[in-house]
Amino acid sequence: MLRYSLKRLLSLAISLIIASLVIFLVIEVAPGDPASFMLGMNAQEDTLNALREELGLNQSKLERYLSWTFGMLQGDFGTSYTYRTPVAQMVADRLWVSLPLALYALALSTLIAFPAGIYAASRRGAPGDVAVMGATQLGVAIPNFWFAMILVLVFAINLRWFSAGGFPGWDEGLFTGLKALTLPAIALALPQAAILARVMRSSLLDILNEDFIRTARAKGLSRRQALWRHALRNALIPVLTIIGLQFSFLLAGSIIIEQVFYLPGLGRLVFQSISQRDLIVVESVVMLLVFAVIMVNFIVDLAYAFVDPRLRSRS
Amino acid sequence: MSLLSIQNLDLSIHGNPILNGVSLDLAQGEIVAITGESGSGKSLTAFSVMQLLPRGTVTTGSIKLDGQEVLNAPDPEMCKLRGNDIGMVFQEPMTALNPLKNIGDQVMETILLHTNQSRDEARKRALEVLARVGLPPESYSLSRFPHELSGGQRQRVVIAMAIALRPRLLIADEPTTALDVTTQAQILELLKDLVQDFGMGLLMITHDLAVVSDMADRIVVMRSGEVVETGVTKTLFANMQHPYTRALFAASAHEVNLPKAPEADDALLIVQDAVRDYPKPRTTLFAQREYTRAVNGISFTLHKGERIGLVGESGCGKSTLTRAILGLEPLQGGSIKAFGQEVAPDMPAALRSGLQVVFQDPYGSFNPRHKVARIITEPFHLLDNPPQGLERKNRVSDALLAVGLHPDDADKYIHAFSGGQRQRIAIARALIIRPEVIIFDEAVSALDVSIRAQILDLIAELTQTHDLSYLFISHDLSVVRTITDRVLVMKNGEIVEDGATQQVFTNPSHPYTANLIAAAPTLPDVKALSNVPA
Repeated sequence: MLRYSLKRLLSLAISLIIASLVIFLVIEVAPGDPASFMLGMNAQEDTLNALREELGLNQSKLERYLSWTFGMLQGDFGTSYTYRTPVAQMVADRLWVSLPLALYALALSTLIAFPAGIYAASRRGAPGDVAVMGATQLGVAIPNFWFAMILVLVFAINLRWFSAGGFPGWDEGLFTGLKALTLPAIALALPQAAILARVMRSSLLDILNEDFIRTARAKGLSRRQALWRHALRNALIPVLTIIGLQFSFLLAGSIIIEQVFYLPGLGRLVFQSISQRDLIVVESVVMLLVFAVIMVNFIVDLAYAFVDPRLRSRS
Repeated sequence: MSLLSIQNLDLSIHGNPILNGVSLDLAQGEIVAITGESGSGKSLTAFSVMQLLPRGTVTTGSIKLDGQEVLNAPDPEMCKLRGNDIGMVFQEPMTALNPLKNIGDQVMETILLHTNQSRDEARKRALEVLARVGLPPESYSLSRFPHELSGGQRQRVVIAMAIALRPRLLIADEPTTALDVTTQAQILELLKDLVQDFGMGLLMITHDLAVVSDMADRIVVMRSGEVVETGVTKTLFANMQHPYTRALFAASAHEVNLPKAPEADDALLIVQDAVRDYPKPRTTLFAQREYTRAVNGISFTLHKGERIGLVGESGCGKSTLTRAILGLEPLQGGSIKAFGQEVAPDMPAALRSGLQVVFQDPYGSFNPRHKVARIITEPFHLLDNPPQGLERKNRVSDALLAVGLHPDDADKYIHAFSGGQRQRIAIARALIIRPEVIIFDEAVSALDVSIRAQILDLIAELTQTHDLSYLFISHDLSVVRTITDRVLVMKNGEIVEDGATQQVFTNPSHPYTANLIAAAPTLPDVKALSNVPA
């Protein structure tokens, strides 16, 4: 198990180095000069040069790559071209909204999907299964921004249980913060839950057809016992894969939901930075997201090994 | 009163009748074998006793265990019986165990489910039972996972789970079909011992008449959902009443009429010191790769007209050798020459056209979206000038006729054919290009005995009409014995014996060969039996 973890860790490091190189080079070839963008159309050439010097844009590519990566390792992500504030600070502020939102949504989606998927699989073909599958079909089909707007209409405008948008900050207390994130989390979670429930169901049904389930039944386990004791853990592998993918998506892909609820999250930061050609912010946020995705995959890999003894002993 | 009594069992699945008035009895301490070909309903009869039937099954009649009706009993009641009073062993040991739980937990589960024993007591019992089935705790700790065990060992674990609570009835559904002959012999021996020790009744399902004759006290022969004949094993073999029983026996003992091999010394295929290595998975990223030697310095020559058999147990390297001979994988040492040219993955197509193969699985080895004509003309890709138009059509018709099919079959899809017919199509595909050498890779292993007999006859007939030379790879000794002139016995990547087939079978020189032959179950000598008064 230790060796397996170390191997995964090594491949994680290699992935990060490759990702940082690719991100750096892609942003390098993107057209547009941050200095001229910041100073406007009529800037003098010597002013531009001075600014380029200050931003480090005149250094060689290698020097800039190295100072960027080593800076990041020390927590220094550079200074935003647009706002002249440290990128690290900007990202950290946004992360305090996006990360809890993603985790909240993921928790909701798992809490909905597992019981729904297990229920449907254990009643295959029965009305309960048909109802759950119908609901998930709907969940997959409904766009989450539309669903978000419905939530706002019902729970914020009509019932006035939640505010329609904005984020008061965690200083106002955990409950207030979570309350502000609840509607966006539900809007994000439901479509994900629908997908996850379907994966859970089909994975369970596959496993329930396996020979060892028949063996379990021959030992005297009831259908339900066989499902809980033997099928569920075996069915988890594909489910874990989907959860990993969903978390990555939730962290960065919630831009539309952030817009609907007016949340100061990472998605909006990326969107703004791209439109303002604030490349250093884009670089840093993308790198951070890549880091998050790779970390999540690492955790999912460890979870696989935890679930499956064959993976533990193979390495 | 008998332990198990099945009376007039009818069974249908989604309205299709499968079983029709099946009746049989089994007494305590008795071994009853249900035998028959695929589709006879023998497995469904067994699963009816367990009440583990597919969805949409409707059953009528009666199944009584010690006088208690189990047919259509409510599931909670059946759960109390399963594992406790009825144990079951399955065909496929590789998939019968939960891969994520260790064997201790899986054996203990049966015990904990049905008794009030503590985990410690259950663990003790599990150790005893595993030791009883031949997995002593010194070498097989409870914390082992199924993937760390071989097929035979896994089957022992399955048996341990089934007998942990000393059930009154044990049902074994083709318990040794997926195992090698030596392992099969051990498992059968174990089952026999357990029946004697525990006084259980054993209901055994098997297609193999030789296994039946060694094991069973009584036999039930089934065909298409009906019992055609039943009786005490010796009496039944001595005096087979039903024509189907006789046909089944004849097919099992079938010997083909193999024409004498022509005396020729043109070597078609020369395998010289062939070596095949497989890389093992790397243990660390930068460590030197280690290799497993699957084929270790094998040499033999196939002459024109010769029919060579290659036998050995699973893992002996016969499939690896086959792939190398077909030029699908490169050698790491030695050489393989066909018709004087080197065989390798990059060999010219013309050389490939001389070597054709027939695989084991008649269901998986065809593209279901292609018509038969397209399937069997596939080897024409290997020719520079493939036949076109009328000639192509004639070649297809000839090939189909040669394997006993009709030329019109060329326009059908593969799903229209039975397993035996598909194997004929596979042979037609190999024949159409008129190869010098055909490799039969377990080509009859997946077939029922009566179909197997027909295909073997077909091969024997084709050797006459088409001057075939072939390499016949099989784990089934009785088949190799009848269809080859010379046999190679393979073990751990090496050939341990090479000789004329009859010579090797009657007087093996290597102890491994002798073991294999001794372990293989044999059909009873009917003539000797009928002289003894029943």
